[in-house]
Amino acid sequence: MQRVVITGMGLVSCLGRDLDEVTGSLREARPGLVRSEERERLGFISPLTGALRDFDPARWLSRKERRSMGEPALYAGAAAVQALEHAGLARDALRGPDYGVIFGNDSACGAGYENAARTLRDGTTRNLGSKAVVECMNSSPSMNLSVLLGSQGACWTMSAGCASGAHSIGQAWALVATGQQQAVLCGGAQELHWAGMAGFDALGAFADPSLDPAEAVRPFSRDRTGLVPSGGAAALIVESLDHARRRGARVLAEVLAYAFSSDGSHVTAPSGEGAARCIREAVRRAGVGLDEIEYVNAHAAGTRIGDAAEGRAILEAFGGRSPPVSSTKALSGHECWMAGASEVAYTILMCRAGFLAANRNFTGPEEGLEALDVIATRRDTRARLVLSDSFGFGGTNSALVLRVPEDA
Amino acid sequence: MDASDVIRTIDRILVEDFELDAEQVVPEASLREDLDLDSLDAVDLVVALEKAFGIRIDAKVVEKMQTVGDIHAYVRGVFESGEFPAAAPEPAREAGK
Repeated sequence: MQRVVITGMGLVSCLGRDLDEVTGSLREARPGLVRSEERERLGFISPLTGALRDFDPARWLSRKERRSMGEPALYAGAAAVQALEHAGLARDALRGPDYGVIFGNDSACGAGYENAARTLRDGTTRNLGSKAVVECMNSSPSMNLSVLLGSQGACWTMSAGCASGAHSIGQAWALVATGQQQAVLCGGAQELHWAGMAGFDALGAFADPSLDPAEAVRPFSRDRTGLVPSGGAAALIVESLDHARRRGARVLAEVLAYAFSSDGSHVTAPSGEGAARCIREAVRRAGVGLDEIEYVNAHAAGTRIGDAAEGRAILEAFGGRSPPVSSTKALSGHECWMAGASEVAYTILMCRAGFLAANRNFTGPEEGLEALDVIATRRDTRARLVLSDSFGFGGTNSALVLRVPEDA
Repeated sequence: MDASDVIRTIDRILVEDFELDAEQVVPEASLREDLDLDSLDAVDLVVALEKAFGIRIDAKVVEKMQTVGDIHAYVRGVFESGEFPAAAPEPAREAGK
């Protein structure tokens, strides 16, 4: 088995326009959430959402590269180019069959809606143009990224609800660890178009609309009211340690283990049992002790049922004790398909900068979860052995264990 | 719309929609070799030309065009013939956006 490392990260995030700005937002617990007038007008139950500042894909991508990209692919493309730069890789460095793309995405509703609406409005499909077919496809990010990179190995999309991004890293890890690929660009993208979130809003899963957006997401807190949806993209360069060493790359983190499981019980309500099994298995596969995990970046989105199930799962997995835990979704909102990837990136940024972000808006635990060590205010510490978990509808679970090197 | 208006409009579409330098857009420029336009761009070019001129264009004709001058000649020919193919239909109805 090859050792697998992360050497580059790129983010299109509501927390900042580059990695430094995102790190600052995490450090200062500065959320990237707003109240959307458009969603208010459209009758959303909760119009709160993450919002990107000054996103211009033309900064990173040519017209021809953007041409077949819908919203998720544009975010993914911009994040990918930044990840390559961060990894010290040229734009064409991953050209060839040893390199691949596995990207998390689970909707392209905005593009689907816009093209259907145009067809209805014009009474013809003639005006849809060349991008209509590709931008409506769920696999739009991975197919565009493969062309962008010239990679000739893996090229597919990981669709697993809100665990898509995490599973994409896990599958990239598996392909690299087993020597089937030398490096894989992985990550996750999430559209911000309202059409992608209307159904989720209808479930009543979103936070109390009367709240200030900055105070709205309260992961694990007894007074939590729901999640705030968000979006963008996170891209990571995952490669074998040998490959990284050969090219003299800086190692941001080693992926020690990836574990997956599913609940097999309910489409939207997590059992918690599957999550606990997944977390335990990831730590076992990493070959480290439960008490060695210094931080858990939790999935907790701020929902009543989800956070409670995860809290119980963490306590169960860690034998009744709790490592320090926080959910960066209090700041970023729930980045859904990208969340599992962005939260690995956020975790690495925090470890490298020497702090663990506050679980903003935490006012106290609910009954039965008092033992959970929720980071209410930022802790300035250099965590090295960390775990990030992600869970998705259908009861799909993912856990990744990372080691951030001392010199990082 | 006279011939020079037609040419100006086509050149503007190529510069603005396809992000080309105005100096590149000359009648003898090859669509593929000089301007790097491909079959997907041809689809978008048809949409843009139909919208700009209110005419119906045969996509297969555009696919066979080699140069910017070929586009000029085709659209001018459509106008000079006086036999405009059916214009693109007006909006049928508002979709519930």
